Amino acid sequence: MIDEPLIVFKDIYKIYKMGDFEVRALDGVSFDIYKGEYVAIVGQSGSGKSTCMNIMGCLDSPTSGLYHLGGKDVSDMVDDRLAEIRNEMIGFIFQQYNLLSKLSVKENVEVPMQYAGIDKNTRNERINKVLERVGLSDKIKNRPTQLSGGQQQRVSIARALVGEPSVILADEPTGALDSKTGRNVMELLREIHEEGNTVVLITHDNETAGEANRIIRLEDGKIVYDGPPDHEHALFAGLKEEVYEVL
Amino acid sequence: MRFFETIELAIKNLLGSKVRSLLTMLGIIIGVGAVIIITSLGNGMENFMVDSFSSMGTNVLNVTVMGKGSTRTLDFDELYEHINENQDLYNHISPTVNVPGSVKVGTETLEQTSMTGVSEDYNELKSLVLSQGRYVQYVDVTNYSKVIVIGSYIADNFFDDDVIGQTMKINGQVFTIVGVLDEVADSEKGDSDDIIHLPYSSALKLAGSSVISSYAVEVRSEETVDASKEDLRYFLYDIFKDEDAYMIFSMSELLDTMTSMINIMVVILAAIAAISLVVGGIGIMNITLVSVTERTREIGIRKSLGAKRHNIMQQFVIEAATTSAIGGIIGIGFGYLMSSLGTLVISQMLDEDISLLPTLSSVMIAFGVSVTIGIVFGYLPARNAARLNPIDALRYD
Ligand SMILES: Nc1ncnc2c1ncn2[C@@H]1O[C@H](COP(=O)(O)OP(=O)(O)O)[C@@H](O)[C@H]1O
Ligand SMILES: [Mg+2]
Repeated sequence: MIDEPLIVFKDIYKIYKMGDFEVRALDGVSFDIYKGEYVAIVGQSGSGKSTCMNIMGCLDSPTSGLYHLGGKDVSDMVDDRLAEIRNEMIGFIFQQYNLLSKLSVKENVEVPMQYAGIDKNTRNERINKVLERVGLSDKIKNRPTQLSGGQQQRVSIARALVGEPSVILADEPTGALDSKTGRNVMELLREIHEEGNTVVLITHDNETAGEANRIIRLEDGKIVYDGPPDHEHALFAGLKEEVYEVL
Repeated sequence: MRFFETIELAIKNLLGSKVRSLLTMLGIIIGVGAVIIITSLGNGMENFMVDSFSSMGTNVLNVTVMGKGSTRTLDFDELYEHINENQDLYNHISPTVNVPGSVKVGTETLEQTSMTGVSEDYNELKSLVLSQGRYVQYVDVTNYSKVIVIGSYIADNFFDDDVIGQTMKINGQVFTIVGVLDEVADSEKGDSDDIIHLPYSSALKLAGSSVISSYAVEVRSEETVDASKEDLRYFLYDIFKDEDAYMIFSMSELLDTMTSMINIMVVILAAIAAISLVVGGIGIMNITLVSVTERTREIGIRKSLGAKRHNIMQQFVIEAATTSAIGGIIGIGFGYLMSSLGTLVISQMLDEDISLLPTLSSVMIAFGVSVTIGIVFGYLPARNAARLNPIDALRYD
């Protein structure tokens, strides 16, 4: 291997115990993602997409399995080390934007850099750069509530980009937007990918997933397809047996 | 995240809900204010006592001789000699002979005038200044002269300008006024200006007694009070061989007793007021708990963006501490205001100049305690916040 993968998932299990009964949210998932890829993780509701993203984003640890991010084993890290990794390496884009409503656009974008301990000048430079990148330079002083949904999602994209992370994780980024605004956001994500960023997109929407260069389809916590988006099984779940033949 | 930024954030959050912040601070404001008022009242009373006692002379020992249980008596010459031989310990001595009886100017009777038989040193001993005439002299004592020195109250109220040479009747005997003392109090009936000093020899005769039963001894300085008292005690014990035969009593001792009583009272009252601080602290804990719950999602977002436990912890603790610190500052201001108001009211009502002065130390302690309360009571809720799982926090709404 010339290049080490950015993300290595090896036999990842996430099991929720509810009394005698257990839910296997992730049931032995393995994949590699390389730097510069644009991957969409798809699947029906409850198939384990969010669980997968939480583990990838170091918000949660797997029950068992190996997770390497940027060459580091993060599967068993403690809380504060995970926070550091999130700060340095992950840029989150959430369905509900998750902006802090009491802070201005500028202050929202600043938060990750505050925790990174970056100096004030560098912060301002970077804030201006990313807000210009997402086309919101004129909204710098506004509160999130004064912005439209699409604009808010752009702010959250700016916030994800500002720390110059290794990977952008977007969980249903268009889920709360109308289709036109959603398309604009997707276009922005594609551009960001083309600028050299690694993007992992989570969606249940096939059209949206079509934007990516690679599809990973989950069903009941298992990968049923992993490949290019133009394969017949990529976007439509077939019978499991059929899919396994493909793999 | 830098410390200063965290404080900035805390202030921003507090300003975001002003009424709530103010209500949260109320307990602290009242507590700190009350502690400051009480300590400044104590301070004012202590200053007042020290002032009025030092005007009475804190370096004077009063010796009372009862002679009880002893056959031996004390001779004034004996005592006088001892005082003179120990000038490193003592300045002056004078008998203080109390004369009971009636005082008349013409046909007018003075009812509350106190008469004391003294030696020629008594005016210096008590730092008394004459406004007219002279003081009692040694020859007056040896000659049993019927001369008196009167206080300003008597001179002002019973005589015209020409006082010297006028006479007064004490127990029917005529005495000539040879001197008038400067005003030391307010020249009112019964106060320390309504007095008569006369030679102790004449006083003893008037009282029909031959034994001097009390003396005033001026010690060298305030620092020697204890040593002088000790020395005098030994001297008297040597004579009487009985501790119950005499009594030595000093103003400074009385002052010490009084101030320590005031201090005990202040501590008790301040402790009661401090209960309000604890209640205030619980208020802060309560509001911090509410705030943590309300801002669970914010905590989740901040954690997802890289906030560590101590960042979240710090944010809430500093917010609680800032709340109580601001409450403390307002309370200090409130305390100052009430203290100066109290000073005004007391001087109006009691006609005494007791100024309620908050001590710097009480202000510092009050501020320190309120910040500490914020930290202590903010700690628990803040720790809960810091331990929140980011996924659960993000999902919360
Ligand atoms: N905290 C949890 N406790 C118990 N079960 C959970 C928890 N989180 C997720 N699950 C279960 O794990 C499965 C996968 O959930 P999720 O990853 O949210 O799916 P998706 O995002 O694809 O809809 C679901 O069956 C869900 O009920
Ligand atoms: Mg989901």
